[in-house]
Amino acid sequence: MSDLVLSGGSLLTEDGLLEADVRIADGVIVEIGSGLDAETLIECDGAWVGPGFVDLHSHLREPGEEWKEDISSGSAAAAAGGYTAVVTMPNTDPAVDAGHLARFIADRGATTGLVDVMPAGAVSMGRHGEQLAHLDELWQAGVRLFTDDGNAVADAGLMRQAMDYLATRGGVIAQHALDPGLAAAGQLHEGVVSSLLGMPAIPAEAEEIIIARDLRLAELTGARYHVQHLSTAGGVEMIAAAKARGLDVSAEVTPHHLAFDDSTVARTDPTYKVMPPLRSAEHRDALRAGLRDGTIDAVATDHAPHAAHDKDVPFEHAASGITGLEWAAAVVNTVAPLDPVSFYTRMAVAPAAIAGMPEQGRWVAVGGPAHLAVFDPVREWVPERTVSRSSNTPYLGMTLRGRVVATVYRGTVTARSGSPAAVAPTP
Amino acid sequence: MNHFLSTEDTTRQELTELLDDADSFVEVLARPMPKVPALRGKTVATMFFEPSTRTKLSFEKAAKALSADTMSFSPSTSSLSKGESLKDTVLTVQAMGTDAMVVRHKATGAPWRVAEWVDQPVLNAGDGAHQHPTQALLDALTIRQRFGTLDGLRIGIVGDIRHSRVARSDVFAFNTLGAEVTMVAPKTLLPTQIDGWPATASEDLDEVLTELDVVYLLRVQSERGGASVFPSLAEYTTRYGMTMQRFSQLKPDTVVLHPGPMNRGVEIAAEVADDDRSLILEQVANGVAVRMAVLFRLLGGEHDE
Repeated sequence: MSDLVLSGGSLLTEDGLLEADVRIADGVIVEIGSGLDAETLIECDGAWVGPGFVDLHSHLREPGEEWKEDISSGSAAAAAGGYTAVVTMPNTDPAVDAGHLARFIADRGATTGLVDVMPAGAVSMGRHGEQLAHLDELWQAGVRLFTDDGNAVADAGLMRQAMDYLATRGGVIAQHALDPGLAAAGQLHEGVVSSLLGMPAIPAEAEEIIIARDLRLAELTGARYHVQHLSTAGGVEMIAAAKARGLDVSAEVTPHHLAFDDSTVARTDPTYKVMPPLRSAEHRDALRAGLRDGTIDAVATDHAPHAAHDKDVPFEHAASGITGLEWAAAVVNTVAPLDPVSFYTRMAVAPAAIAGMPEQGRWVAVGGPAHLAVFDPVREWVPERTVSRSSNTPYLGMTLRGRVVATVYRGTVTARSGSPAAVAPTP
Repeated sequence: MNHFLSTEDTTRQELTELLDDADSFVEVLARPMPKVPALRGKTVATMFFEPSTRTKLSFEKAAKALSADTMSFSPSTSSLSKGESLKDTVLTVQAMGTDAMVVRHKATGAPWRVAEWVDQPVLNAGDGAHQHPTQALLDALTIRQRFGTLDGLRIGIVGDIRHSRVARSDVFAFNTLGAEVTMVAPKTLLPTQIDGWPATASEDLDEVLTELDVVYLLRVQSERGGASVFPSLAEYTTRYGMTMQRFSQLKPDTVVLHPGPMNRGVEIAAEVADDDRSLILEQVANGVAVRMAVLFRLLGGEHDE
């Protein structure tokens, strides 16, 4: 394998930023220095060179809904967005509630070879919230993060059992925090917009109540607890308080909850229908602040592809979700810009730790694995196409600041400027 | 004006012009030959994806009084039951050669989606609990006929505001036309947020009763099963019903409106419904005139944009 040099960028190292070139060979960072040359050289002037992004929350739809996305197309979208690892949600058909299903997904990811594909496992059989999934089987298959995502684990007793069962192993219980009774048939955030639209709505308390309950259970059981797609100011407050008390808890936020508020829903455009719903500007601002101060550990895309006909209907009948892998970094950098160390911490280092992926999210260092995202934080651009199989996204046509220049996975360039490279599968 | 979807963003001038046109159509409808050739050759499709009697009949009568042809659609006899999407349904009907579409749908915002899909004017005949703008026009016309203007009037809207598209349309239209609107209901039937509503709210009808020029009673939607929004119909009537006792306390020229269908003995006493100061049948008659005005505005040559 010939070597590769990323030249002229600012490296994100354990000791902070370092202006230097980096040489990669055989999937490993072999040299950091100046004036390095190689057969393949990528100019990174003005860009940050840091650990490849890790997404804690992707719906790649395989198995079961391959017309929306599959592990190949989803991996390509991830690579285009600077990702070198994604955690896939278990709400596939069938749900990932047993070991062989997790193995299938990991194998498909490895065959595609564009990113590490780490399956999350379900907490309950079929994600029905009644009976524990085959947690040990899933653990043996490599699963480290468990969630019924799409559904909350609503039953406190079941939640406690799952936490007890996984606490000593160190598995993370991740929660789609939405009380089903309060959320009911809700379509959007309960607030001024929903009041004028007259649509059934979801109060912020639907999320906050579940987080409050789960934090008590995490304290009771000693389990690692993670809040998915945090959307409320109250949630941010509770996570901060729990961390201050020393609980092993974490939280993620999506690019769309950082970017938008419920005013986008006033014209009932289904593009902006997501779950949890886009909340008011006050909540959005609290999420931005929480991401900045580290209360929120990670950005997670909740990349949720849907077919055109799932969105080309009235709002109430539309599927929930936005695709985001390709633009997540740019969106965050546009609406909630961070210093480079914080940026890579939230995009790569922290999510890799939560996902239990020790080879991912590592600061740039000689001898480290060459999973890298090169990100130009000042470049403005307008996304015009997507490599995902679905295009249910508000970001096409939107001016964004910051662009992924290149993605390097296992030492191989998997994407340049938003276009996935044609990469032979890694043997 | 390309479509008529909501009263939220209509201006005072637009509303006033529509009401002025409606006044002239009231006169047309009173003629021995209640018909004008304004929309001859045009076809209006009434697409009611949710059951309706009066609004559908009213739109059809309005279209015919303007000499337009009508095509109607009802979900029980359509390909909807075969799984056809809303988008395909309206595109199919448009392909048959329609000039305007009147849409009622239980999903909020459905008429806006239809307006994106088709290339002809769309009239909202009621979407979810959101908007029903021609109802607001006919209500405003009825009030204006009685008082000459809405300016400075105090209008109380009483009942299930939270789930009412009539209330959402009326509040904006009445306010835009200069009236002061108070919404009266138990907390569970008031909007979850009053912010953004150009109106005040009260939970006590008796407190505001004597100040009102217009009492607008909403239908108690007892078919809204499951949601326990008030303890019993009897309790609702006791606190919010327009009983004869309350009716007798109103100012002498105060009028009562109701969008129908009425629940006599619940939100309105039978004697009140049949009193001269109850304008419920005037409202129905005015419905045809305001719908003529909107169709004429959207399809008539001289106002084409």
